[in-house]
Amino acid sequence: MGLDPVPAVEVGDLTKRFDNLTAVDGISFSITQGEVFGLLGPNGAGKTTTINMLTGLARPDSGTIRIGGVDCTTDPKAAQHLTGVVPDESNLYPELSGFENLAFCAALYGMRKAARETRARDLLSTFGLEDAANRKFGGYSKGMKRKLTIAAGIIHQPSILFLDEPTTGIDVATARQIRQLIADLHRSGTTILLTTHYIEEAERLCERIAFLVSGRIVRNDTVAELMQPIKGRHLMLLSVSDGGPSLCEGLAVAFDRLHFHALPGGQIRVESSEPIRVGLLVRFLEDRGVEVSEARRLRPSLEEVFVQVTGLEAEAMRKEKEKAGGGR
Amino acid sequence: MTRWIAFWSIVAKDMRTYYLKPPNISWGLIFPVAWTGMFFIRSGAGMETVLSLLPGVVAVSILFGTTSMLSVTITFEKSNRSFDRLLLAPISLELLMLAKTTGAILFGVANAFVPIILAAFLTDLSQVTWAAVLPAFGLIAVASTFLGLFIAVSVSQVFEAQTFSNFFRFPMIFLCGLFFPIAHLPVFLRPLSYALPLTYGVDILHGSIHTASVLPPVLDFSVLAAFCMGLFALSLYNVRRKWIV
Repeated sequence: MGLDPVPAVEVGDLTKRFDNLTAVDGISFSITQGEVFGLLGPNGAGKTTTINMLTGLARPDSGTIRIGGVDCTTDPKAAQHLTGVVPDESNLYPELSGFENLAFCAALYGMRKAARETRARDLLSTFGLEDAANRKFGGYSKGMKRKLTIAAGIIHQPSILFLDEPTTGIDVATARQIRQLIADLHRSGTTILLTTHYIEEAERLCERIAFLVSGRIVRNDTVAELMQPIKGRHLMLLSVSDGGPSLCEGLAVAFDRLHFHALPGGQIRVESSEPIRVGLLVRFLEDRGVEVSEARRLRPSLEEVFVQVTGLEAEAMRKEKEKAGGGR
Repeated sequence: MTRWIAFWSIVAKDMRTYYLKPPNISWGLIFPVAWTGMFFIRSGAGMETVLSLLPGVVAVSILFGTTSMLSVTITFEKSNRSFDRLLLAPISLELLMLAKTTGAILFGVANAFVPIILAAFLTDLSQVTWAAVLPAFGLIAVASTFLGLFIAVSVSQVFEAQTFSNFFRFPMIFLCGLFFPIAHLPVFLRPLSYALPLTYGVDILHGSIHTASVLPPVLDFSVLAAFCMGLFALSLYNVRRKWIV
């Protein structure tokens, strides 16, 4: 499939302030047609504000927005027929059934009665919600609500889809199902802008990722390029009875080609550009009376890059989100 | 065509979800009946006073029916974010807000007929100028609905909408010539009466039901229409300023 030269989404120097807070600070990026683009960042990074500006729910203070080649900076309605939006919180009607919600959303995009009812039934089936089709949305579980909200976002088969934290706060099985659906939509040619704080999710689904921190894009590249610095790196996590900094210093002297970092909870992270010989490490530690309860090889991941580039601890970011009600 | 599909879907959803619910239908029936009975008993007169009370009761029925429902439903949808769903739809804000208000306008017009039907059993309505009454029902319903819209977009919580509605509605009952002629009000309050849209709607009704209007009907209709346009424009301005931040 040939790529259209007109970017699906083009953002230039976009800025949004709320009183004294600059929520989005001069960000620029473009998304090619059919691409899955991720905005990755912690709470308050400006992800939702960015999506709100792109979809017309917020007005930028400065900058430009083009969607499908249409300038939407001052007229967000101009391209709304091209886009579908799945907000971070479900915004369907609690008093309507699942089927009625989908049919209503389809009508908002001008779909005729027969077409919208057929499409609604198809999506309810795709998401495994047929049995709940006639139940009121207000009575759905969190996972069911999320699925129906996604279904509502794609009811009119948009060519560009904005997904704000699609898997936050739902169970593992539903999250997996949603990720599969995103992959299917990508295969069918839909352009997707995905915001997430789950690094592994961004890595798995996105072709290109921008790290957004405090309203600024600190890095924007393809996943392959982002992973380049850690390509060929070997990582290991040791769980030990006493993993203080002095132990790491001792290890660094004995194994000068390895790098050791003491982590909270009695863990030591080992990094190397060549394969790590576990047996030597364990023997060294045990000879010094340090008990090793676990030695686990880690796959080099985007998390390493994220931590390096942003200086943020990925785990802290995840916990912060879960504390805010987004546990998974 | 596609925008009209969206328009009618919003109207149909609102009618089904809000206006045709039994509590609202009963509100639409009980309220006008209660007002009619209250003023009829208070007047202490016979059936001949029904015609003079009718314009006020009709106007109050429309005013309360429209403002109560609309200000609450829009505020509710905004607070639970389902209104965002509508803002994301590819229809203009003007058409969207017209769709959101059409249900309330129809509900207000339907409310107006309750006291009329009751009055038909009590007195002779043959002298009523229906050609003026019916458009007046529509225009009063539109003005009251847009007042409700203005209230809805000025607040953020449902309870604020209720309080703010009453801030407008109750003074209006006494200042708009509904039950007391404006000429009987203290002089310093009269300019305030003419700053309220309902004054002009009530004047049309007084003129066409028992030939007791103060202003020419053309002026009443024109001013009422101007209020409708002004309130709608102000509401749209507020939506853009406060909800699309």
